[in-house]
Amino acid sequence: MKIVRAGVIILITVAIVLGVSIPMVPKPQSFFEYPIIPGLEEKARNIFFHVPVAWTTVVAFLVSLWYGYRYLRTRDIQYDLKSSASAELGFVFCFLATITGALWAKFNWGSFWNWDPRETSIFVLLLIYGAYFALRSAIDVEETRARLSAVYSILAGLTVPFFIFALPRLVGGLHPGSAGDASGQTPVAQLHMRGLMLLNFFLSMIGFNLLFVWLLNLRVRIARLEYHHSLQSM
Amino acid sequence: MMTLAVQAKNLQKDFNRRTIFKGISFELGEQRSLVVTGKNGSGKSTLVKIVAGLLSATKGSVEYRTGNTNVSIDDIRDRIGFVSPYLNLYDEFDAVENIKVLSSIRSSSVPTDSAIQTMLERVGIAARARNLVRTYSSGMKQRLKYAVAAIHKPDLLILDEPTANLDEEGAAVVRSFVREQEERGILVVATNDPAEIRWGKIIVRL
Amino acid sequence: MKFQSTYALVMKDVRSELRTRYALNALLMFVVTSVTTVLFALRSDNPSAQLLAGMFWVVVFFTAMSGLSRIFVSEEERGTTLTLRLLTIPSVVFVGKLVVNCLLTLTLTAAVSVLYVWAFPGFAIVSWDVFIATVFLGSLGFASASTILAAIIAKANVRGSLYPVLAFPVLVPLLMTVMNATARALEGETIALAFGDLQVLVGYLLVMTAGSFLLFDYVWVE
Repeated sequence: MKIVRAGVIILITVAIVLGVSIPMVPKPQSFFEYPIIPGLEEKARNIFFHVPVAWTTVVAFLVSLWYGYRYLRTRDIQYDLKSSASAELGFVFCFLATITGALWAKFNWGSFWNWDPRETSIFVLLLIYGAYFALRSAIDVEETRARLSAVYSILAGLTVPFFIFALPRLVGGLHPGSAGDASGQTPVAQLHMRGLMLLNFFLSMIGFNLLFVWLLNLRVRIARLEYHHSLQSM
Repeated sequence: MMTLAVQAKNLQKDFNRRTIFKGISFELGEQRSLVVTGKNGSGKSTLVKIVAGLLSATKGSVEYRTGNTNVSIDDIRDRIGFVSPYLNLYDEFDAVENIKVLSSIRSSSVPTDSAIQTMLERVGIAARARNLVRTYSSGMKQRLKYAVAAIHKPDLLILDEPTANLDEEGAAVVRSFVREQEERGILVVATNDPAEIRWGKIIVRL
Repeated sequence: MKFQSTYALVMKDVRSELRTRYALNALLMFVVTSVTTVLFALRSDNPSAQLLAGMFWVVVFFTAMSGLSRIFVSEEERGTTLTLRLLTIPSVVFVGKLVVNCLLTLTLTAAVSVLYVWAFPGFAIVSWDVFIATVFLGSLGFASASTILAAIIAKANVRGSLYPVLAFPVLVPLLMTVMNATARALEGETIALAFGDLQVLVGYLLVMTAGSFLLFDYVWVE
């Protein structure tokens, strides 16, 4: 975990420093210049934060779901600690992704919220986390709480394909890659990012995912200590 | 029908990080009766619920065998009868309806009207058979629970607080069910009554 | 599959419901009051098809949330949950309760449809085939997701307010699709145009039913 912690500090620091300081020019000549992406300009710097945070949100949700499933199979309460810890972090990342996304939307698309499919999806994900924590607080018996909240998160996870495949048919998309987007179907990373910008993007991606791993580890260790403390005080 | 055997191996139940009991093992075959006893909160009800498949054990297992084949609890649910304060009947139905409805959910062999009539006379509520259970006293409800639990002649009969809410006449009816079950199969009783503890060939003290 | 046990369980619930009118009366009164409220809110305007289709499902959603949890909560309150668990296997309970919930949601959407057609001149259904397919598949989709949630909620402390909170995120894809398809039915689009929506509804119904069937064991057996 020490390596992970060092990695988090180095990667995120580098990503922030490079992300903020490197100049943007129309036709980059040297390695230390970013290309200007048409329509985004300087606002493109948010890509180093918003996209990794949003991605980590999805990872945290899937990790929580996986540990929930493991709990149901094994009935080992350790997995519930991990599942709920991952959900707590997922909620924080989800919140950050919503904020960074809303700011970006305000300056790029004109308003903080547009009910674009991905905005709708992340809003529903916030609601799922809200419901998950509300359910957990409404059940007194620990084993029942672990069991039912795991079932709920898996059930909520079953709706994910509908948000990915069915929702874009119903509401118009603004994110790059949506149907009808001028730049076509390819993600921004492949289309416009070059050289250092692409490298910085992936450094940030890895950095935020490691941040999640490190925080999850801390949170689970705290939960374990609390668990053993409550065992001793009984 | 093949005789039923039940074996509990090293059962443990935790509840909110507290171990209620652990290391409970016993083996029950035909004509072997078990009494579970212990002070309040020691987990008597929890243990018999685990035997009936209403709760899962934290550690250990309960295995069921018919003849020489292992079966799961779901294969033998129609061969179990269970009377307890926490297994209620449907208030909005009368006695006959309760027996019919619950029997038909339990298995495809619904008892005949005359069998139901005989059973209701045996437990002493035939006169009120067509009144809604809502109007019954707690003792009458307890008698009806015996009718529901015994009408299909179960191989495994479980009684939690067998004579709760019953008068002396009701207790005599219970003793007749107990004697009948000892002849037919397995009896499991959770109780603190000294007279009832003597029903058991095996006694588990929690 | 124990068909006979499942049938007995469904008939038990139907008879019990007809005798006590526990869920049915509350559901129908809720429909009447909420449709009336919508009527007050929209009486002076000439609401668009989109808006009316949306309000139709708003009424269905909140009414369903007020009543559908009863199928498991009433067993919990009467102390008969353990009785059912003793008598039969989890899949029988799930399928039985799912069928009862389907009957309840179909009754509910039928009642809301009748009231809407009668109360709102703007709610004129042009494509009946699209409308009936949407309402039918939508009702079953509602029932498929809400049955297992009712079983979950029956074990929690604050049942009434928590049920819509849990159900809404799970129902969002269904709600958005049925609202869209209902608007199409009001605007007179052909079934071919609404086919994509109906496919989503069938997909939702299948995924939710299969998922909750597999997950129900974990909810039912403690």
